[in-house]
Amino acid sequence: MTESAAKKLPRIVVNEKLCKGCSICVDFCPTDVLEMKGSIAAVKNLEACTRCQLCDLRCPDFAIQVFD
Amino acid sequence: MSTTVAEKKEKVSVPFDYNKYLRPNKLPHIWCPGCGHGIVLKAMLRAIDKAGLEKDNIALVSGIGCSSRTPGYVDFNTLHTLHGRALPFATGIKLAKPEMKVIVVTGDGDALAIGGNHFIHACRRNIDLTVLVFTNATYGMTGGQYSPTTPLDAIATTSRYGNIEPPFDTCEMAKASGATFVARGTAYHTIELEKTIHEALTHKGMSVVDIIDACPTYFGRANKFKSATQMMEEIEKDGTVNVKQAANLPPEKLAGKMLRGVLHKVEKPEYCEKYDILIKEKASAKK
Repeated sequence: MTESAAKKLPRIVVNEKLCKGCSICVDFCPTDVLEMKGSIAAVKNLEACTRCQLCDLRCPDFAIQVFD
Repeated sequence: MSTTVAEKKEKVSVPFDYNKYLRPNKLPHIWCPGCGHGIVLKAMLRAIDKAGLEKDNIALVSGIGCSSRTPGYVDFNTLHTLHGRALPFATGIKLAKPEMKVIVVTGDGDALAIGGNHFIHACRRNIDLTVLVFTNATYGMTGGQYSPTTPLDAIATTSRYGNIEPPFDTCEMAKASGATFVARGTAYHTIELEKTIHEALTHKGMSVVDIIDACPTYFGRANKFKSATQMMEEIEKDGTVNVKQAANLPPEKLAGKMLRGVLHKVEKPEYCEKYDILIKEKASAKK
């Protein structure tokens, strides 16, 4: 992987209309990318994201997706 | 938080387009924050996509309960039927249209208590249905009463001092009744669950998948779980062992744990095929 490709950040989209604030994505994120802002999940530290997609896989509400 | 080996191996690079199978205007769904049903629904949609099934060729049938609200959100041929009676409706669809893929989504109370008789007889017939039993060990929709899968000593609104009834083992019951594919998955092991459902969908004959998921609102609150995450870790992750790993573990490490994965798979004559043969034989005998 080239250096520029390694630095390319993913895009994490949280659908605020669908998020119910269960915090499953925040708790299961292995690199602490997400946080709760009030009752909605938000991105805190995008640089740490490893694109593992665990937040998307375990979100019960179709509310979060990680795009490359 | 730790992840399983299976999940580390299989990383998905492009997000799955769930909207292809959903009725997006029906979202957000009615399930509570942290309810495992949404995770199971997503795994089911990915498994259906993997199996390459046509949307118009799938009938999704459900009974009554939280899990049985699933057909409202997906864009297949859907049927929301009477409490416990999803399997008789599904049997009717399958006999009328044997080429259709009929999937039944049902809760543990719906399948094993109210519809218990239908469940064992559908298993006995070995009719080609895929039954997904969402086991959250509670009647969520009516206020958290104990169900046939509530563990011993667990608190529910109808067992304030602890449940004194031993629970059913859904998989053992399905196997004993004659189902030809019996498996168990959890909402925590979502990639493994997707593979299990895919295998169930491609199996010819009655396939039952018991899916352990969490009800944080009633079961969780009554039993002093702090969050949905804690329930997923303690009940689904620590409370289950994959059947392949279990073969190498000593019995004391398996005590109190449920087995995950494909537990029973055999080939037997399927009901619709036998029915077709019977009709053809009798019709030709008349001529």
